[in-house]
Amino acid sequence: MKIAVCVKQVPDTWAEKKLRSDDSTLDREAADGVMNELDEYAVEEALKLQEAHGGEVTIVTMGPERAGETVRKALSMGADAAIHLVDDALHGSDALATSYAIATILAGRDFDLIFFGSESTDARMSVVPAMVAERLGVAQLTFAQKVDVDGTSVKIQRTTDYGFETVEASMPAVISVVEKINEPRYPSFKGIMAAKKKPVETLSTSDAGLEGSQLGLSAAWTVVEDFAARPPKAAGTIVTDDGDGGVKLAEFLATQKFI
Amino acid sequence: MSEVLVVVEHADGTVKKVTSELLTLARTLGEPSAVWIGPGYSDAAAAVLGEFGAAKVYVAEGAQYIDHPVAPRAEVLASLVSEHSPSSVLIASSADGKETAGRLAIKINSGVITDAIGISADGIATQSVFGGSTVVHSKVIKGTPIFTVRPNSTPPVPAVTSTTRVDVTVPVSEVAMKAKVTGRTVAQKDGRPDLSEAAIVVSGGRGVGAAEGFSVIEALADSLGAAVGASRAATDAGWYPHQYQVGQTGKTVSPQLYVANGISGAIQHRAGMQTSKTIVVVNKDPEAPLFELADFGVVGDLFKVVPQVTEEIKKRA
Repeated sequence: MKIAVCVKQVPDTWAEKKLRSDDSTLDREAADGVMNELDEYAVEEALKLQEAHGGEVTIVTMGPERAGETVRKALSMGADAAIHLVDDALHGSDALATSYAIATILAGRDFDLIFFGSESTDARMSVVPAMVAERLGVAQLTFAQKVDVDGTSVKIQRTTDYGFETVEASMPAVISVVEKINEPRYPSFKGIMAAKKKPVETLSTSDAGLEGSQLGLSAAWTVVEDFAARPPKAAGTIVTDDGDGGVKLAEFLATQKFI
Repeated sequence: MSEVLVVVEHADGTVKKVTSELLTLARTLGEPSAVWIGPGYSDAAAAVLGEFGAAKVYVAEGAQYIDHPVAPRAEVLASLVSEHSPSSVLIASSADGKETAGRLAIKINSGVITDAIGISADGIATQSVFGGSTVVHSKVIKGTPIFTVRPNSTPPVPAVTSTTRVDVTVPVSEVAMKAKVTGRTVAQKDGRPDLSEAAIVVSGGRGVGAAEGFSVIEALADSLGAAVGASRAATDAGWYPHQYQVGQTGKTVSPQLYVANGISGAIQHRAGMQTSKTIVVVNKDPEAPLFELADFGVVGDLFKVVPQVTEEIKKRA
């Protein structure tokens, strides 16, 4: 089974994120980069399927050179190889452009399953997996909390507002995962050493056969007009419970007309 | 006036509150037409859509549209956009809603903005990003703008109109049928409002200490007619079901009132609730970072404070 896992490097979850004043894109230099948390669960699920069914796991990412750190982490968890699309022309790409670039790289490589985390912690749109499925014309199995493979068919539990749906398809398929699905492994020392020797294919946009007119900030389908830090919230009233904290809270709720 | 398509969110034949909000917002942008996809359209549903100003309801009725996730919905919408050339499309910011918007954007080669909390008459969307720390105004510059809008962003205001039903039949392509829903498991209904739509959310975190501890959280929620939420620490520990998780990797909520009990306020959690209008924090640790966001905070043991406030609310009811 050939499995791809699409990962994204994002600013550290704990760091303060901000937009650049010059072009309103995310300031990726201002914070340490880490692998998007949900993508670790995607890598883990791919590795578990490989352990059970055999095959190869390939990491796919697009992003600046330093996104190579995220590629190495995925390789040290146990993936076999990686493809890294890196090009200044990609800077400022929106979800439409990102899905175009990723779908173009994946097309023709005959992956049976293409994994994603269901959301990135920076943009939080949750649309790229569905967009890649749309562009490739393959089944969309997103928000999976459980994945089962049987021969050439794959079945997931898709989390919904009311519980979950069971969704089935024949491969190939795009799968996105939620964090309930597994517990990602930590890279072992052996894994970290082995990762240094694993093949990473670095592609420019022209290597990948991408049209420049569809990529980057100048091609974006949306534009930021302006942005501002949210005004700091006025300090609230904090009381210490001396036996009547609940009563005081009820009084506050009454003055705010909640009760 | 130009037509604005509003995709109806419905469950068991009932129109969800977010749809009334979207219709209210759509009236500021043009003339709203509702789009009902799936089985279960009824006079009662038509009445709700008419109450909030939908002059037309496009009805794509049939199980084929919901027996395959997302893709058929995008096909119905793409067909309506090409036939009627609306000025924009509004969809609720649910998981399905955002994915539908994403697929539609590719089909009609148009820009998409997700998680808007407001849209001005000239199409500029407001978003609250990075855990609520930054407010961004942006607009779509190519194609027919597609917006997904967060629940609880626009107070629903009625504007009663008579509604015309327009049946639409869009054949679902083979590609869109590649994934098939073969089962639906409904988690036990708790009888409380839907977490993402609730006007009041009462939530518990690490400080609740055990699954049994959530009974005091639930009692407070029920006294307020609220939904129950939980932090990731609580759902990871198995104290409360996963679908109630509020935060970066769970649900984003924006209620009128958010009551956080025993939640310290990691960024993970803040990202899911920071845009709540009024925030109340109960925590025994005075250093808990969530107090920074509190309009009202009580430093104390939640197992004393929460039952007391619940009693007080019942007395006043």
